[in-house]
Amino acid sequence: MTIRVIVISMMLGLCPITWADSHDLNVTVAVTGPKDKTSGFKALVSQLSVKSLSKKKITVEAIVKLENDRVRSLLEALLEARLFYGKAAPHPIYIVEVVDQGYQLTDAVSGQSLGIVAKKSIKKVRINNRLRRLIRGALAQKDLRAADPSVRLQAVHTMSKNMTPAVVALFRETSKHERDEDIQLLMLAAVANADLTATDGAVRLAAIKVLAKTMQVEYVSTLKGLLGVDAEGIYSESDRQVITAAKQAIKEIESRISWYENIQTLFFGLSLGSVLVLAAIGLAITFGVMGVINMAHGELIMLGAYTTYVVQLLMPEQLELSLFIAIPAAFIVSGLCGILIERGVIRHLTGRPLETLLATFGISLVLQQLVRSVFSPLNRSVSTPQWMSGSIDFNPVLSLTLNRLYILAFTLLVFFVLLMILKRTRLGLEVRAVSQNRAMAKAMGIKTERVDALTFGLGSGVAGLAGVALSQLTNVGPNLGQSYIVDSFMVVVFGGAGNLLGTLISGFSLGVATKFIEPYAGAVLAKILVLVFIIIFIQKRPRGLFPQKGRAAEG
Amino acid sequence: MMFLKKAMRSLSAVAITAGVLLSPGAMAFNLFGDTIKVGVLHSLSGTMAISETTLKDTMLMLIEEQNAKGGLLGKKLEAVVVDPASNWPLFAEKARGLLTQDKVDVMFGCWTSVSRKSVLPVIEELNGLLFYPVQYEGEESSKNVFYTGAAPNQQAIPAVDYLMNDIGVKRWVLAGTDYVYPRTTNKILEAYLKLKGVADEDIMINYTPFGHSDWQSIVADVKKFGSAGKKTAVVSTINGDANVPFYKELGNQGVSADDIPVIAFSVGEEELSGLDTKPLVGHLAAWNYFMSVDAPENAAFIKKWHAFIKDPKRVTNDPMEAHYIGFNMWVKAVEKAGTTDVDAVEQAMLGIKFPNLTGGMAVMNSNHHLSKPVLIGEIQEDGQLETVWETDGLVWGDAWTDYLPGSKDIVANWRPNMRCGNYNTKTHKCSGQNF
Repeated sequence: MTIRVIVISMMLGLCPITWADSHDLNVTVAVTGPKDKTSGFKALVSQLSVKSLSKKKITVEAIVKLENDRVRSLLEALLEARLFYGKAAPHPIYIVEVVDQGYQLTDAVSGQSLGIVAKKSIKKVRINNRLRRLIRGALAQKDLRAADPSVRLQAVHTMSKNMTPAVVALFRETSKHERDEDIQLLMLAAVANADLTATDGAVRLAAIKVLAKTMQVEYVSTLKGLLGVDAEGIYSESDRQVITAAKQAIKEIESRISWYENIQTLFFGLSLGSVLVLAAIGLAITFGVMGVINMAHGELIMLGAYTTYVVQLLMPEQLELSLFIAIPAAFIVSGLCGILIERGVIRHLTGRPLETLLATFGISLVLQQLVRSVFSPLNRSVSTPQWMSGSIDFNPVLSLTLNRLYILAFTLLVFFVLLMILKRTRLGLEVRAVSQNRAMAKAMGIKTERVDALTFGLGSGVAGLAGVALSQLTNVGPNLGQSYIVDSFMVVVFGGAGNLLGTLISGFSLGVATKFIEPYAGAVLAKILVLVFIIIFIQKRPRGLFPQKGRAAEG
Repeated sequence: MMFLKKAMRSLSAVAITAGVLLSPGAMAFNLFGDTIKVGVLHSLSGTMAISETTLKDTMLMLIEEQNAKGGLLGKKLEAVVVDPASNWPLFAEKARGLLTQDKVDVMFGCWTSVSRKSVLPVIEELNGLLFYPVQYEGEESSKNVFYTGAAPNQQAIPAVDYLMNDIGVKRWVLAGTDYVYPRTTNKILEAYLKLKGVADEDIMINYTPFGHSDWQSIVADVKKFGSAGKKTAVVSTINGDANVPFYKELGNQGVSADDIPVIAFSVGEEELSGLDTKPLVGHLAAWNYFMSVDAPENAAFIKKWHAFIKDPKRVTNDPMEAHYIGFNMWVKAVEKAGTTDVDAVEQAMLGIKFPNLTGGMAVMNSNHHLSKPVLIGEIQEDGQLETVWETDGLVWGDAWTDYLPGSKDIVANWRPNMRCGNYNTKTHKCSGQNF
């Protein structure tokens, strides 16, 4: 009974509450008595084990309003699904850390450490989207007073997603004391957006002036709302000044948005390009330099991705570092596999492109089915390390996702290392010699067979590297390779066979072109248009963007 | 050429060995002489192997269980497993083989609508019987097919209702893979949304190719579309592999389920098990069954599944439940008819009831579709779907949607008084077109 009284009294006492009201909180607590401060919290927390989500919501709403040191860690645990309850009758609530042996428990009310238990003995407190939104809002409100400006910024972002009159009032108040200009502008803009419906024309005008400095799409649509016309073409807005100001503001915001949108599209294109280059660059070596049509190239990429999966499986504790181990591991696995293919099959088919094509296609099917039998036909889940998740937000329009950024950098790194190998090392010299004139190279004492194997191994190893990168973007499954093989050949042929720089430029330009066409034509048509373009281009210039010149070209 | 021949021979040897290894049930009961043959027509290789292999295993489990109970009509059941390899025309070929050479009494199979459409003429010509376990776009009712998955009104429409009424969604992104199921479903949804008063500018439709992996600009577009001040949701008919990079991109661009929830019709427990689910928490899925549903039948089924597949981590999903219901209904119908003759079983199937796994009772209606409950679930950290909303009772599967002009007046009824899959109530004609 007491519990219900507390909950109800809180709800009643706090009904007209605004976000900033801590006075009301004290009142409520005073009703239940100062000594009950923790016991009230305790009573509410124990309610969290109920199954009904709507009852849980009432409980969380009450907890959110408590001024207790433990509230924050409780809410964070609930949000991150680290809050559990005991299966036995009083259902004590625990905050949990996952450790090797099981779960490390902490009492949610007292904060005492309670030792480690097995995973089966406790159950998770489930929440839904409504509760998540409620908790995020509450945590953000607490964060609004944080010392760290980035925390405050995040809090303002979270809260402005759900603008209620209470939040507007709170922003209006807090923005006066805010020292960070960006955060202040954000709050003021949110307030101004609400002020657009004010009755006083001067207030509306001032609000428009604030909004003109922002670049949120959201504000454009509210501003456009001001410009609504009725059936006779007369503005519903009475103030002429407001109308001109709003039109001007919309123009300003939209031009700013479109500028950053173009930058973002360019980044999308470069990032798509980097994936294409990474997948194709190994092929540029085997196909371009050696002239071998390797249909199993996609499967070598797949092997690299599966290597990443296995590495993560072997070292579940060091997830953050797993990629650094996976990179050399994938290079070695795919590289060795490539050498094996070269030694076992391709060497016996030199100069017979059709047979090579069929044989490598067969190998690709074998490798796919092999992976299916070993790892199951289902996709495997490869985790993304923390440092690769999320994005850098420059402003509301432009945000660059971190994983793409890293992959872009990785592609460039791989490219330059490969270029150096081919241009500056003994192996590179031999490779170029063999690709230009095999017979002459042989006569000069180069062991062409060894060079062939190493070159093919190098190309295959780079395919493995592509697999590591792709495991962070797409499915790791038996079909991974198939989806990239066509694109890879496209990039190499377009760039001009036997030219690494050509591959780089062709990959990036195809990526950027696709991304700029996509918004107008849609993803399906964009792909078709790019393909048609390449077909026409190859008709005109069969040797691609950067054809090999001189004697090498005739070989 | 010698080498090639050799290579091809060894390749086919590999393929055959792999096939035998993958289908242990194929020759299980040949020695018993008189058996009832059950054809299993699911891809075990190629793109769809990811989803269909599990269904093949489910069928083997159900057949094994039935044999342990003493078979059917005093005979053992024998599974005939074939691999159509995600190749649509091959589905038709394999179905023909099952019916003419293996002489199976019933088939369980297909996943994509394309594969079903390809099998359809064959089974209608040879009078076979197919149980199709996957949610699909409707607009079909064949005498020879029982549809145990959801029709649009058992998945898409309730999902949209939930978003509209419970979440207050005003702006809609209909995103799908470019093929028949998403296109038809989105057409139905668009008509339905407009009927509910949603303006044209509040609907965004987007199609992507199969296996699309670069979602950057589409997610950015969705983000922009969703920041117009009205609550926005994505209704996703994106199929198969493309989902993983789509959700990854959503997570990376910071689109959380609180801002723009994504409700998916093709993402279940199986697909989620191949995914890092952290960024997906709170996104939605609509199905007729979740593994997390707390019902004794479900617990028993999961236990049996884990024992059969010998892996306690494997999940169960909606199409598995559909096969479970379909197979058990077929067993009941055969017992009722006393024969496996297709026409007799088809009539016996109508009105058959069997408990589903979520604590209710599935009924086979006269239009060859089931009555099912509709569940909406939120994705949890552990890859399970937690029910947040469900329909009050069972929803009757409507073969022909009421929201498209062409199909509004068409009904399907296979009872003796009508026996038509597409009867036009206006012209009072059965067009005779069965698919």
